[in-house]
Amino acid sequence: MDRHAQVIDVDGLQLLIEVLASRGYTVMGPTVRDGAVVVAPVAGVADLPRGLRDEQDAAHYRLVPRDDDAFFGHAAAVQGAKPVLFPADQLLWRARRSEDGFRLDASDDDDAAPVALLGARSCDLAAVDIHDEVLLRRRFSDAHYAQRRAGTFVVAVTCGDPAGTCFCASTGTGPRPGAGFDLLLTELLEPVHRFLVEVGSVRGAEVLAEVPAAPAGPGDLAAADDVVVRATGRMGRVLETEGLRDVLYAAAESPHWDDVASRCLACTSCTLVCPTCFCTSVEDVADLTGDVAERHRVWDSCFSKDFAYIHGGSLRGETRSRYRQWITHKLAAWQDQFGMLGCVGCGRCITWCPAAIDITAEAAALRAATPLVTTGEGARR
Amino acid sequence: MTSVLEGRPSAPPDPMRPVPYRVERLRQETRDTWTLELEPVGGAPLRYRAGQFTMLDAFGVGEVPISISGDPTRPGPLEHTIRDVGAVTHALVSAREGEVLGVRGPFGTTWDVTDGQGGDVVLVAGGIGLAPLRPALLELLAHRDRYGRVVLLYGARTPEDILFGEELRTWARDLGVAVDVTVDNGQHAWRGKVGLVTQLVPRAGFDARHTLALVCGPEVMMRYVAQALVDRGVPADRVRLSMERSMKCGIGLCGHCQLRELFVCVDGPVLSYDRLAPLLTCREL
Repeated sequence: MDRHAQVIDVDGLQLLIEVLASRGYTVMGPTVRDGAVVVAPVAGVADLPRGLRDEQDAAHYRLVPRDDDAFFGHAAAVQGAKPVLFPADQLLWRARRSEDGFRLDASDDDDAAPVALLGARSCDLAAVDIHDEVLLRRRFSDAHYAQRRAGTFVVAVTCGDPAGTCFCASTGTGPRPGAGFDLLLTELLEPVHRFLVEVGSVRGAEVLAEVPAAPAGPGDLAAADDVVVRATGRMGRVLETEGLRDVLYAAAESPHWDDVASRCLACTSCTLVCPTCFCTSVEDVADLTGDVAERHRVWDSCFSKDFAYIHGGSLRGETRSRYRQWITHKLAAWQDQFGMLGCVGCGRCITWCPAAIDITAEAAALRAATPLVTTGEGARR
Repeated sequence: MTSVLEGRPSAPPDPMRPVPYRVERLRQETRDTWTLELEPVGGAPLRYRAGQFTMLDAFGVGEVPISISGDPTRPGPLEHTIRDVGAVTHALVSAREGEVLGVRGPFGTTWDVTDGQGGDVVLVAGGIGLAPLRPALLELLAHRDRYGRVVLLYGARTPEDILFGEELRTWARDLGVAVDVTVDNGQHAWRGKVGLVTQLVPRAGFDARHTLALVCGPEVMMRYVAQALVDRGVPADRVRLSMERSMKCGIGLCGHCQLRELFVCVDGPVLSYDRLAPLLTCREL
């Protein structure tokens, strides 16, 4: 396949970041903060986590040195693109009291600089595609997400060193991004440190044209393909997706929920790091005079007791019901709602669960404990 | 070099922004329930269908989903019948005439009462659940001759909690509706029935196999009523329930109203019992 690939070196990566900045983008890439790789503004390659690998396991995360100089030698950052494209706190509108009630301020377009996502992984891009489906391609769409999303430039990276909690090979969402990028980098370390660059859009080609690059040779392409093959074989976990929807629907009354609930703290950590969780609430704030009011859309979690509150009480009072809601939505109901799994195999919910609850293990346990009867009901579309 | 700031798309209309409506009139229905009559401030009247709801906004307090209780067949103020049970509903029923509230919508599925033409229609309401059914009944009455028997079974907590009391009498006396009312707790001078609305189903006069049933009330009441209707022979896909769930957006985005694969705000609130039955029997689903 002719991929029109080119090759840039480390100086080229630096220049790429500078070109994006000069075009008005805030470049958001991986950087180390508080002992973890997070996505934050980066000004150059010096801000990237050079020569670091992440050890990830259930309730475990450590950065350890690599024996090379790789910039992208870690797996998924603590959070993906969600905080960038779908902020945890979004002002929906501001209104002022008037003689007879209130008046909404004109909707001010979000004038913050558009973002270039640097180093986005395949799981992250799959999650963005899911958010596009959930938030943009339905009868009603999220106006703020639409605006941010349209302006975002994506420099993706092929995952070369998946973590112990990764299972994107199971969900078919990695390790090599198939789409959703303007440029795709694959980091190659031998014999010289370089990046294979593939172009995914017109504006990607325009940006790359400003960076000195050489056409990729057969050796570069073969080395990049080898990165994918090796990464695919090193996934730390497996999720059996075959028939998962029917398994979870059939498991609705399983005693296993009590077992999970005995461990789950309902702390909402998994939903915060999950790149596809999209549930939100609204919060109204008024100033002290009561003359100016704002409504904010904020991230919410189905693990909160108030999440399903209606007059009279919470519809999901017990942790078992809330864990069931979360995993059943993610792995089963999502398929009926959107024709896709709600999980991209990034493993973040496993790593950042303080109780080490593992979605792949719970799904396997439910499968083992649930005799699958063909229910036939519930299918849509 | 062109900056990416130029040529950015401007924001599309945001369905999360409320539209101002003025309170024209506030009618007290019972000790804790009021009907709000709203007119748009400078805009066109809201077009809606029976069964739909809006997100009603009290400035600085918050927003709640409330079913429309007015007549969808004739022009007039937008009506919502609201029980004072929380901070936002309290602010809404405390609004003064002339005050401006926010409205988003209408949202959700409809009762589709015309599906009942040529047969009988049974409406079963519990408590404030009569309010979302009122538009369906008014639509039926606008074309009364197209339907067979029209039956309204209504359960209220006490005689003082009976909603739309004058209208109930008019519907029964002048408009050909078989109205049967029961209360959970009838002291004092109450001479009517006492008991659950479910108990009215077996003896009500309708031809079960040719009936469209519309049910609205607390979820547990709807579950038993729907089963009683099916037991009498009403096909499950001809029994429709209006579901209540927590809703923060009304447009399928916030996730709060999910009932397994359903977003109750856009797939509902009106859903047929054949679809709901397996979901309602599972606790805390």
